[in-house]
Amino acid sequence: MASITLDRVGKTYPGGGQAVTDVSIRIADGEFLVLVGPSGCGKSTLLRMVAGLETISTGTVAIGDRVVNTVEPADRDIAMVFQNYALYPHMTVRQNLAYGLKNRGTPAAEIARRVDEAAAILEIGAFLDRKPRALSGGQRQRVAMGRAIVREPAAFLFDEPLSNLDAKLRLSMRGEIRLLQKRLGTTAIYVTHDQLEAMTLADRLVVLNGGRIEQIGTPMEVYRRPATTFVAAFIGSPAMNLIPAQIADGALTVGGVRVQLPLPSGLDGPVTLGVRPEDLQPRRNGGDGHLTLDVSYVEDLGAQRLVHGRIGGHAMVCTLPAGHAVQDRLFLHADADALHLFDVQGGRRLT
Amino acid sequence: MKRTIFGNQVLPWLLLAPQLVVTLVFFLWPAAQAIWQSFLREDAFGLNTSFVWFLNYRALLNDGDYMAALGTTAIFSVSVAALSMGLALGLAVSVDRLVKRAPLYTTLLVWPYAVAPVIAGILWWFIFNPTIGILPYLLDRVGYDWNHRLQSGDAMMLVVIAAAWKQVSYNFLFFVAGLQSIPASLREAAAIDGAGPVKRFATITFPLLAPTTFFLMVVNVTYTMFDTFGIIDATTGGGPNQATTILIYKIYADGFLALNLGSSAAQSVILMAIVIVLTMIQFRYIEKKVAY
Ligand SMILES: Nc1ncnc2c1ncn2[C@@H]1O[C@H](COP(=O)(O)OP(=O)(O)OP(=O)(O)O)[C@@H](O)[C@H]1O
Ligand SMILES: [Mg+2]
Repeated sequence: MASITLDRVGKTYPGGGQAVTDVSIRIADGEFLVLVGPSGCGKSTLLRMVAGLETISTGTVAIGDRVVNTVEPADRDIAMVFQNYALYPHMTVRQNLAYGLKNRGTPAAEIARRVDEAAAILEIGAFLDRKPRALSGGQRQRVAMGRAIVREPAAFLFDEPLSNLDAKLRLSMRGEIRLLQKRLGTTAIYVTHDQLEAMTLADRLVVLNGGRIEQIGTPMEVYRRPATTFVAAFIGSPAMNLIPAQIADGALTVGGVRVQLPLPSGLDGPVTLGVRPEDLQPRRNGGDGHLTLDVSYVEDLGAQRLVHGRIGGHAMVCTLPAGHAVQDRLFLHADADALHLFDVQGGRRLT
Repeated sequence: MKRTIFGNQVLPWLLLAPQLVVTLVFFLWPAAQAIWQSFLREDAFGLNTSFVWFLNYRALLNDGDYMAALGTTAIFSVSVAALSMGLALGLAVSVDRLVKRAPLYTTLLVWPYAVAPVIAGILWWFIFNPTIGILPYLLDRVGYDWNHRLQSGDAMMLVVIAAAWKQVSYNFLFFVAGLQSIPASLREAAAIDGAGPVKRFATITFPLLAPTTFFLMVVNVTYTMFDTFGIIDATTGGGPNQATTILIYKIYADGFLALNLGSSAAQSVILMAIVIVLTMIQFRYIEKKVAY
């Protein structure tokens, strides 16, 4: 077990562009860190640099106290679970699990003990003597996990390990991975593009965009106080509403309505206002500071209703409890602390 | 497996016809003739032909030269297959490592396959020619007196190199394709699992290449048994002292030079049987082990 420190890490692919720029993260011992971001943002690249599968162009990666920039993957004391599982097709499940231990000269009795233990934890004991070909996707996923845990490494690295599973299995495996990591207390870095997976698994999550860090924080911090419009739109489902607004004379105007908000002094001119659909509360009538939504259509999700509409010509979504009646117009209110203000140019948070 | 249903019973036969005709005319018919011929004995002038049952075969079993040719063929086959496949695998692995596979390198490596066996033989005959060749000249300077006209070891080495050289291209292409089909993540996983480059090759890459290796083994053995006639004829002519007379060459020498058609036909039949049996053994027993 060990902490992992990334210090101003950058990656330039030969012939390619800059995939990762200036990333610094301190991952505490036993922490579950999730790297999340859209496709192509450099998550895998970052993880593979920690694993030693890609060279590090700039900066340093340290596992524990040791800088590992030039250390071979084998000597970094990490285990990785690949998206396609990368099980050795010509070996049985048992041989797959034992391979890493064997290579390190672990005594046979110890290998057998650890393999049996891992098999018991992951409930794969029944097919230890099968080849991967004869397993279902979910079982293969478990074997891949097993191969990581038998090694008892300092850190687990996961590259979208659940993306090949169906929705239901993904949900249950998500829970299992979380439990297992807590139980073993092993530091973990987990890559995903699924914000829900990121929210539910992470102790802390790192939102990446275009190879740069947008924000680091606990899931609730990132959800409650997104640092940029990118994070605001990426984390949370349905996504946060982002609409243009005006600040003049210390008052915020959106869609022709003045909204009461304690504003930091010195702000003036156009801003981007962010408000989560679930933070918009319906009101019986249009009162002071209430927004008026022209309803376009309603989606029923069962537990809640998604109301799509427009405010002052800008698209807006709000969620209402199931069964809440919706007319052509909806009067909405949001608490001051549920309103997020962002810079129009850079998209950075202002409040 | 996709199954196509033909409503018409004639169409499938029509589609197969060209291949069937070729097989019939160029394989089955000559094979049948050889079998028939192997039971006959002609006198030296071709005037008298008599049916002698297995006499030709029995004569072969008691023929020391024939037994020697069998042994020579075994050594030759194994050496050529091992050398050409080993070289091809080495080249394929080094190509696979290059980030962008160098197309020029790959193209050059494929050329030898396009060269006719006789040309290949003559090429090597020149290179190794004891009087004018470049290699004997170089070998002489390091103190080795190369002479494949007199030394049977040198002669064998010459035909093995010439035959293997031609086959390297073919094997190389298959090995490259085989390597490409192994996902990079497997080797990465093995690297993380603590296997160095050599161990990774031995425990992951090579076992996963087994189907390719097996296929090439069958092809190469068949090649050495049949297709190397031109090379032998152009380089050593089976000598010295029959040291490089492999079965296919002996068939030619006995049949067309010594005009002993009966014996030559019997030898063809035996060679055919050997290749069929070897191929069957390979498919029966080895293929099961290489499937994963
Ligand atoms: N071997 C490579 N050579 C050149 N460029 C590469 C290479 N691998 C990745 N890239 C580029 O680096 C960027 C980041 O890629 P990376 O695989 O890290 O993205 P990702 O965040 O994992 O995306 P995804 O969610 O689709 O897996 C991409 O723009 C990609 O095109
Ligand atoms: Mg990726």
